[in-house]
Amino acid sequence: MRPLLKFSEWQLALPLGLAFVALFLAPLMLLVGVSFFDDEKLTQPGVASWAKYYGDPFTYKVIADTLLLGVKTVCTTVLIGYPLALVYLDLPARWQRVLLFIIVMPLLLSVVVRTFAWIVVLGREGLVNQLLLSLGVISEPLRLLQTELGLVISLTQIEMPLMLLPLISVMSRLDPNLRDASAALGASRWRTLFTVIVPLSMPGLVAGCLLVFASSTTAFISQTVIGGVRLIYLPLVIWQQALIVFHWPQAAVASLSLVVSVLSVIAALSWLGRRSTGYVHG
Amino acid sequence: MQQQRQSSTVATARPAGRTLDVEDVTVRYGLALAVDGVSLSIEPGEVVALLGPSGCGKTTLLRVVAGFVRQAAGRVRVDGAPIDHLPANRRNVGIVFQNYALFPHMTVAENVAYGLRARGMKSADIEARVARFLGIVQLEGFRERLPRQLSGGQQQRVALARALAVEPSILLLDEPFAALDRNLRLDMQIEVKRLQRVLGLTTILVTHDQDEAMSVADRIAVMNQGRVEQFDTPLTIYDRPNTLFVNGFIGTTNLLGGHIAALADGHATVTLDAGATLQVAAPAGLASGAPVLLSVRPEQLTLSAEGGPQRWPIEPGLSLPLGSQLVHEARTSDGVFLKIVEPRRPVPPPTGRSYCALAPDARPSLFPRPT
Repeated sequence: MRPLLKFSEWQLALPLGLAFVALFLAPLMLLVGVSFFDDEKLTQPGVASWAKYYGDPFTYKVIADTLLLGVKTVCTTVLIGYPLALVYLDLPARWQRVLLFIIVMPLLLSVVVRTFAWIVVLGREGLVNQLLLSLGVISEPLRLLQTELGLVISLTQIEMPLMLLPLISVMSRLDPNLRDASAALGASRWRTLFTVIVPLSMPGLVAGCLLVFASSTTAFISQTVIGGVRLIYLPLVIWQQALIVFHWPQAAVASLSLVVSVLSVIAALSWLGRRSTGYVHG
Repeated sequence: MQQQRQSSTVATARPAGRTLDVEDVTVRYGLALAVDGVSLSIEPGEVVALLGPSGCGKTTLLRVVAGFVRQAAGRVRVDGAPIDHLPANRRNVGIVFQNYALFPHMTVAENVAYGLRARGMKSADIEARVARFLGIVQLEGFRERLPRQLSGGQQQRVALARALAVEPSILLLDEPFAALDRNLRLDMQIEVKRLQRVLGLTTILVTHDQDEAMSVADRIAVMNQGRVEQFDTPLTIYDRPNTLFVNGFIGTTNLLGGHIAALADGHATVTLDAGATLQVAAPAGLASGAPVLLSVRPEQLTLSAEGGPQRWPIEPGLSLPLGSQLVHEARTSDGVFLKIVEPRRPVPPPTGRSYCALAPDARPSLFPRPT
């Protein structure tokens, strides 16, 4: 019997490929095109937008702040997420399901809801300040909203699932006998952690870092609502240029600089990740 | 007592092995008893196989000795000293897992060196020890390979070298041959046995394969439902199984139903339902008239053409030549299927042999029939 339709494998990927070209590649090309105009009416081709943007020292501070915000969020999610993943592995299956639900919950809520919840928690009259005041730890309410500290705290919670899910998926595929083998050979728990578990969970850790970094550097709503207008990151600049100043070439330049700077950090991280993969299924 | 044990089984030229005593060990998983009051006393340099179906508690018992599982009651002693309070990494026990559990991100040499590094040994000494043990398992040329670049047998030898390099006091093998194909399995069994002899290591082997237990172990503990049913040499277990479970688990057997007609000085006259009266050795605890099962190995039955008081009629079935043996199938008058094995001779056996009897040297076992 001959099949009625015969597809080779690349043809099956065609719908997705077309969607990518139409919805992703074409807009990106458009963005590049728009960036090479000098005026907001898009009549004067030129490189003035690029020159103006990169001639301004403030630009470099914003880029640095944006990347630094990503790095800080990655650090806190790793510091909290990695031990949490280890705890998860040791739990009985029933409690694993409970913990997994708690971990995934932030993903089920809208970003706006999560962000406004953090305002309630971090505000002057918020949960944290009320608690610290009543405990007598502080005498004046702390300023947490519109500070980088508050932003990093809330981003840590908001981005945590993106760190934990890849980490848990890689870690739970590790052979549990490896830990026993290590212990039987005389290794302490810490030695087992750093010589066996951490190296073998590297692919999950790198994937988690990539996701958290990409997501936190571009988290426009959290950045503006919690960080406020005084903390300026690239997404805010893009928004201002595109929807307040209506200077699209400037917005395009800022967008491209966000894409390029985030992508270059991601490329470096995934290069590190590739060097450590291949052991898990080995 | 310690000295008696040492002189009894281990020649003085060998490095002294340790005694291992498991005393009334009980392990609970929730409400279920995984191990139920098991006691085993293992001599220095002895290989003991824990044999049983899956879920019988054999692996759990091994994990108690290794320190991965804490027992609810009982003790484990090495050379008389309890080790229960020690965590797994302070017990100096070598273990080889069924899937070998090699560290996939480390080379062969790094795997073997792992336990030595954990002990803070000097790197020159580690180097020498790794070279020595890779030599022992004949993998000198594979130092820089990663585990996934090795075959199953090679991986197992690495796992063995890794476990032995730390000079453990006890060697634990958790179904180590199960993942190997048949020929390689036999080679590795001989290899492990040889190494164990040379090093004089007291060894526990967990397996569900009776042939493996028979060929590798000095003594076998047959386990069922968390208990040890019999702890004896392989031949004793094969020839004189204590219980019906052991009898059925080790080797192939025929079970014939019957009643005890008379009992005198340890011998019973058994009337078989198949229609014969036999004299067999009887274990204690059977009463006259009791329903029994007579267990006879296939090689302990013979076929003949003529009947008699100690022969019972059968309906012959298929005959299968299996290499040097001829396996006959037969059905008794009470509907039991028998398996009879005899050596294959150049001349085919005569036809029309419709009576079955015990071979002259047969040692059948008698068990009370479960109701």
